[in-house]
Amino acid sequence: MARQRARLLQGNEAISLGALAAGCNFFAGYPITPASEITEIMSRELPALGHPFIQMEDEIASLGACIGASLAGKKAMTATSGPGFSLMQENLGYAAIAEVPLVLVNVMRGGPSTGLPTNVAQGDVQQARWGTHGDHPAIVLCPATVGQCFDLAVLAFNWAERFRTPVILLSDEVVAHMREKVALPAPEDVEVIERRQPTVPPDWYVPYKTDGSLIPRLASLGQGYRYHVTGLVHDERGFPTRRPDEVEPFYARLFGKISRHFSDLERVRAFELEDAEVVFIAYGCTARAAQAAVRIGREKGLKLGMLQLLTLWPFPRRPVEEALSGRRLALVPELNMGQISREVKRVNNGRTQVLRHGKMDGNMITPDELLNRLREVK
Amino acid sequence: MPPVHRSVVYGWLRHDKKFPHVWCPGCGLGILLGSLLRALSQSGLDKNQVVLVSGIGCSGRLPVYVDVGSVHTTHGRALTFATGIKLAKPELTVITVMGDGDATAIGGNHLIHAARRNLDIKTVIINNQTYGMTGGQYSPTTPLGAKATTAPYGHIEPSFDISALSATAGASFVARSTVYHVTQLDQLLGQLIAKPGFGVVEVLSPCHTNFGRQNRLGSQIDMMLEFKKRGVRMERWQKLAPGERQGRYPLGVLVDRQQQSFDDSYQAMAERAAALRREKQP
Repeated sequence: MARQRARLLQGNEAISLGALAAGCNFFAGYPITPASEITEIMSRELPALGHPFIQMEDEIASLGACIGASLAGKKAMTATSGPGFSLMQENLGYAAIAEVPLVLVNVMRGGPSTGLPTNVAQGDVQQARWGTHGDHPAIVLCPATVGQCFDLAVLAFNWAERFRTPVILLSDEVVAHMREKVALPAPEDVEVIERRQPTVPPDWYVPYKTDGSLIPRLASLGQGYRYHVTGLVHDERGFPTRRPDEVEPFYARLFGKISRHFSDLERVRAFELEDAEVVFIAYGCTARAAQAAVRIGREKGLKLGMLQLLTLWPFPRRPVEEALSGRRLALVPELNMGQISREVKRVNNGRTQVLRHGKMDGNMITPDELLNRLREVK
Repeated sequence: MPPVHRSVVYGWLRHDKKFPHVWCPGCGLGILLGSLLRALSQSGLDKNQVVLVSGIGCSGRLPVYVDVGSVHTTHGRALTFATGIKLAKPELTVITVMGDGDATAIGGNHLIHAARRNLDIKTVIINNQTYGMTGGQYSPTTPLGAKATTAPYGHIEPSFDISALSATAGASFVARSTVYHVTQLDQLLGQLIAKPGFGVVEVLSPCHTNFGRQNRLGSQIDMMLEFKKRGVRMERWQKLAPGERQGRYPLGVLVDRQQQSFDDSYQAMAERAAALRREKQP
């Protein structure tokens, strides 16, 4: 794959560049630390490309505008942090039930409430899964490097369009603000997926009737296909329904269109995992510390390895099961009180010893801290 | 405006949607729907060019009956969705329909900012002074002293004047009518659709089921006659002495001004940005 000349880039910059490479042509946002750089970059880039950018009156409005734009055919993105993410939960549910593709970047900071606005945390992992009311599927991606910020932003757009669903890119303050030297892929080497369009004429069009893919071909507003979009549970024509024989298949399809692709959606990255006796299961900025701990440990003859979760939701059950199998110990470092270690323990089912390493002081976990923890466990 | 034949209105109704509609017999929303269909059919617009956006509540159910692209959004957020749609496809005519609680309580922030921004969105706010769908709780337009299911001892808050609020926030076009004054309502909705920039038509409507019943205002017909009694056309209103205005309100166009719309400002800004980009990268 052809690469561009290496550049020193910040995580938030890489997310913006990834979004643009994936075809993002609409952005609505509201200022918030530590995500504002993304909004600022999009305010510079999109107008110059002839695309809409708007700073809305709050985060609720920002996601509302993204949904409207996406329904009109745009590839829309917004970026926020914890307090704004809380406000967006309402419209996030709308995007899920009305099957509106969009990308929501949440750069995690310390919470709850205003919390630690300029410090790192990973406390929104479960909110990203369960934040909006009602049961619904979720796709959540989590970068640990500046390069991954770019790649996962592209993937987020591609999956949003492919599955017609909101995709959350869950970054954190450290990954967002650190700078790394990265060689981004050449624009022509970035795979871009466009949403599927109706193939039937408007008179035959039934918007939510799907083929075997379970994913509706929803036309853009103003394209000649006049149909109804609603946050109510709806029938195949898009009209509200309460009939059990229509409601049940609706939910089954909403979950099925995601769950049948679990094996493709569950992205992970293995590091020195083959012969590891002790494995770190980590994500986001803590995966950086875990990887460094593996390297230092290996120099001292310790058989350490790491599984980095690139997808947090759907939780990568199979890769985690494989990474746990036959190990002496698994340690899950995270900047919360156990939001992913709980999931790891759930899929582990008691076979391997799984310990959490939670930290909530506004700072990153260091490699030394992890190695010391391992010494204590012995 | 010449009378519009029923078949024209029928052409704008969505035929695969089952009727009767969800509203109570005697509700003003059906009258507003008819008025909107007549205004649309007179506008010269193609059905594919129009998008109808609503929030939540009785008014939220209106777009589903109209044969255009229709979006029934979250409570209070119709204007945010409409903003995204209009920015994405400026060539579309985007109309929002909201109730008083929808537009000025939960959506109040969006209303004032949409008016300030002056993006070309046509907004119809149907004001029945209560939350009808949830059972008659007090809204920002419930009059002082009125009864509501959440104001059993009488309402103690002053109310919003939706038209004045929209005008102060910067809307280019503001008008008020009622579902009694249907001919005027048809005309005002026509003007709203034709006017560029952010426009608001406030439509007073009875909720005899909830507001009327709790306040002993009689039948829907009694409440309609009240609109006839209290509503005064703008031309006459201006001649009324302050004492005569007590308990009455002006109907018609309240504000109609030429202002640069957000659409035009954005276009100009984008061209400046593109030109700067070309200078930097020759």
